[in-house]
Amino acid sequence: MAVQVLIPTPLQKFTNDEATAELAATSVDGLLDALEGRYPGIKGRLCDEAGKLRRFLNVYVNSEDIRFLDNQNTPLNDGDEVSIVPAVAGG
Amino acid sequence: MTATLSRSTFTGLRCKECGHPYEASARHVCEDVCFGPLEVVYDYEAIKNKVSRATIEAGPASIWRYRDFLPIEGDPIDVGTGFTPLLKAGNLAKRLGLKSLYIKNDGVNMPTLSFKDRVVSVALTRARELGFTTVSCASTGNLANSTAAIAAHAGLDCCVFIPSDLELGKVLGTLVYNPTLMAVHGNYDQVNRLCSEVANTFGWGFVNINLRPYYSEGSKTLGYEVIEQLGWQLPDHIVAPLASGSLFTKIRKGFDEFIKVGLVDEKAVRFSGAQAEGCSPIAQAFAEGRDFITPVKPNTIAKSIAIGNPADGPYAIDIANKTKGTIAAVNDNEIIEGIKLLAETEGVFTETAGGTTIAVLKKLVEAGKINPDETTVAYITGNGLKTTEAIASSIGEPYLIEATLDSFKAAWQRSQAG
Repeated sequence: MAVQVLIPTPLQKFTNDEATAELAATSVDGLLDALEGRYPGIKGRLCDEAGKLRRFLNVYVNSEDIRFLDNQNTPLNDGDEVSIVPAVAGG
Repeated sequence: MTATLSRSTFTGLRCKECGHPYEASARHVCEDVCFGPLEVVYDYEAIKNKVSRATIEAGPASIWRYRDFLPIEGDPIDVGTGFTPLLKAGNLAKRLGLKSLYIKNDGVNMPTLSFKDRVVSVALTRARELGFTTVSCASTGNLANSTAAIAAHAGLDCCVFIPSDLELGKVLGTLVYNPTLMAVHGNYDQVNRLCSEVANTFGWGFVNINLRPYYSEGSKTLGYEVIEQLGWQLPDHIVAPLASGSLFTKIRKGFDEFIKVGLVDEKAVRFSGAQAEGCSPIAQAFAEGRDFITPVKPNTIAKSIAIGNPADGPYAIDIANKTKGTIAAVNDNEIIEGIKLLAETEGVFTETAGGTTIAVLKKLVEAGKINPDETTVAYITGNGLKTTEAIASSIGEPYLIEATLDSFKAAWQRSQAG
């Protein structure tokens, strides 16, 4: 079950400047743990102490905001693309 | 003599959430700690020593009269942005039952007739200082107009991104400046997501992404101007549209900064926000007493404020709560009626965002949430000529007549009968 993750610039210091990563996971929560396994320290940036995604981060699965899906329980399938996007200003 | 070489009064960036410091480069998130938004840090003692009402009044009739409060180092790109009229709205006040109502009319801002000229003037000045040669943005329309126009004036290359379903006026009003325009199949939030990925890889200055800390500061001038135009006084209550929530927070910051440096006497100002029902994630959260935003998918004629995932929403809710203001939403029909009401009573033709603001103003007065004695300022942020589609079927039609007196007389009688 490989999914493609798009890593935003501010996090690429954890990924040796790689903008994408391919990991095995069956849910967004599982993906966060898989990221931490490969890039130690990255989960602490993405999540608070309780493991909840920080409120200024948006996570999309195949372009859909996970808050319209099942948040961190959103299931992932082989070939899914996950993007992590810090919040931006509008208009 | 103690002349200083640098004219800048800002010292760097800082995370609004955790306070972690960063240098004043092109960055917008607290990447070392918590991913919160970054904002500019100023030396208010230096500003206080440098600025007085007299020095401001002697400055240009643009946002740059407040340049010591803006995050630039050198000469600004001055396209005459800002210092738009503050209109005493006597007719509208009477209609609504208010005693002291003002309209801050950024629908006649320069050069592109929306408040976005303020933020873009600051962002592109800073972009040039940081060495960018291509500037960009994700936009619901007004920001694209402004970025394309001011980039043209400044000689910067420009590529902007909009949702593909925008009003024609906003598309033409971008293309005429000859940028590269990307019309994306999707809503604004999807455009923004794409742009975040482009910003990651193309090294451009995105005014609302990596230049956001500088960009958003431009909105503070809407606070400064109202204070100055009220005769160096704060209003009692303001009503402003909420899209990402940034404008709302920056008007407040503008008020607070003038208090802090002693330019105006401290007073409590109530902050009320306006959203369209078809995209009202901030109003919904406010109504439910939440401090977090649940994103929505926009479906409203008020496209310029149709942001389903508003980044500064939590801060807007906090301000409305702390100042005893409120946040309300109105439907598309009410928005159209708001546009017409402002036009008929004050001669100001605003776009859908302004219609939203006026409709919410009316709703709050009717609900007793605005005291008739309060000096109230409604912020009109854009021009109606850009969104004529929104009202085309809701206003009158011309009488089509022959060039004869008889034809005119007959039509005149019909008009008076109606």
